[in-house]
Amino acid sequence: MPDGAYNYAYLDEQTKRMIRRAILKAVAVPGYQVPFGGREMPLPYGWGTGGIQVTAAIIGHDDTLKVIDQGADDTTNAVSIRRFFARVANVATTTRTSEASIIQTRHRVPETPLSEGQILVFQVPIPEPLRMLEPRETETRTLHALAEYGVMQVSLYESVTRHGRIAKTYNYPVLVNGRYMMSPSPIPKFDNPKLDRNPALQLYGAGREKRIYAVPPYTSVKSLDFDDHPFEIETWSECCALCGSSESFLDEMIVDDSGKRLFVCSDTDYCEARRK
Amino acid sequence: MSGPLLSARGLTKRFGSRVACRDVSFDLWPGEVLGVVGESGSGKTTLLNCLAGRWQPDEGSVSYETAAMGTVDVHGLSEARRRLLARTEWGFVNQDAREGLRMSVSAGANIGERLMAIGARHYGDIRRTSGEWLDRVEIEADRLDDTPRTYSGGMRQRLQIARNLVSNPRLVFMDEPTGGLDVSVQARILDLLRSLVDRFHLSAVLVTHDLGVARLLTHRLMVMQGGVVVEEGLTDQVLDDPQHAYSQMLVASILPV
Repeated sequence: MPDGAYNYAYLDEQTKRMIRRAILKAVAVPGYQVPFGGREMPLPYGWGTGGIQVTAAIIGHDDTLKVIDQGADDTTNAVSIRRFFARVANVATTTRTSEASIIQTRHRVPETPLSEGQILVFQVPIPEPLRMLEPRETETRTLHALAEYGVMQVSLYESVTRHGRIAKTYNYPVLVNGRYMMSPSPIPKFDNPKLDRNPALQLYGAGREKRIYAVPPYTSVKSLDFDDHPFEIETWSECCALCGSSESFLDEMIVDDSGKRLFVCSDTDYCEARRK
Repeated sequence: MSGPLLSARGLTKRFGSRVACRDVSFDLWPGEVLGVVGESGSGKTTLLNCLAGRWQPDEGSVSYETAAMGTVDVHGLSEARRRLLARTEWGFVNQDAREGLRMSVSAGANIGERLMAIGARHYGDIRRTSGEWLDRVEIEADRLDDTPRTYSGGMRQRLQIARNLVSNPRLVFMDEPTGGLDVSVQARILDLLRSLVDRFHLSAVLVTHDLGVARLLTHRLMVMQGGVVVEEGLTDQVLDDPQHAYSQMLVASILPV
């Protein structure tokens, strides 16, 4: 049963309404960062305050929630957020990607393809893709307004010059719907192709910076690159040591003091399903 | 030949009750280099920033003959169009190269930025063009991947010039391009600017307090004092036979060698 001391899903109705309005605007303008009045949440900034507010605004009695952190369902952050919503919103929770209607995630997109009607909620630390290149907020807004994204290409040029390839591996910049430059949150670039024309709705919430943005279903999401240095995803020479998958994102683990290495799927649900 | 490339009419810019420049009008013709001279605080830089559309003048207008869209009112353009103009048809060379360069990225990226901003997406091509421009401004090819932090003052200034000229602008605004450099470096940069202006048929507005620079580079000269243009004419004419008392004082102040 929900805890009677709190409103349904923790936030009060007016706040949820305000966040829903921001979400609607974000969906209408794919990739555009919509400011919203972020609230204090019962967890610290950087732990998913943005994602949790978005989830609180869209969750209902009929939903089934899955929460992952770095692909795993059983990490502290994922377990606490799942328990939080089970308590304040009285929703069913699951670890199975295909059974969830809302998936709140940090750092990964599930390996199992998503379907229409599912919503993927990302926790975003730094929503502004140009932040490290242009410190002034007024200027980055102008650059977005005028679609002046040459400076991002300069950073990729610099990467190729220094490393011989585009060395950025996570939070890899994308252009949404041919218009807005967007930070896909710190997911590995391995997941970038999954954002493109995904049948699920993608919502991104940044709690500290109080921004919400979205990628509606079946919207084009293009990773930036050069014609002669095309976008590439990570590859591994090994397979998952547990399920044998050669198509998933693998975590490298050191398992003993002599430095023995093991590669395993970062998506625990995907790995378990394959082992059954 | 068509009309002037850039014309200013009655430009006035105030900061509070202080007037930085008052009622400045002139025409700049294609291929012409116009010098603006005067002492510190005479309104030269204010005028240049108003001309380049960076600052909004309080009165007056600036019109510019574009390559594609006919004559436009610089301050009447939308910000998007004005910024597009500034990074394609115009260049702006700052006195302090650090303001005009990205100090933390390589010289190649600095030169290539304009190309990438207007849609170049082939790394090899961008790099080749950057290399060509580095050569044109007489910087060794092996410095292409170094950041401007490792460059000397004169090299930074030359890099800034290359970064501006890579998009083949028609008009370049220069604010004391040789200020703060020693004389032999100055001479090389002046030599370079003169050959580039000639080769690419550039028009330029050059702000300087150095009459030697003005003599070498400019065709026509405006002398400013207290925000007002006190004398205007062909460079040789103004420098050899100054009419206004202030111009006479300015010419007389040149240190003989």
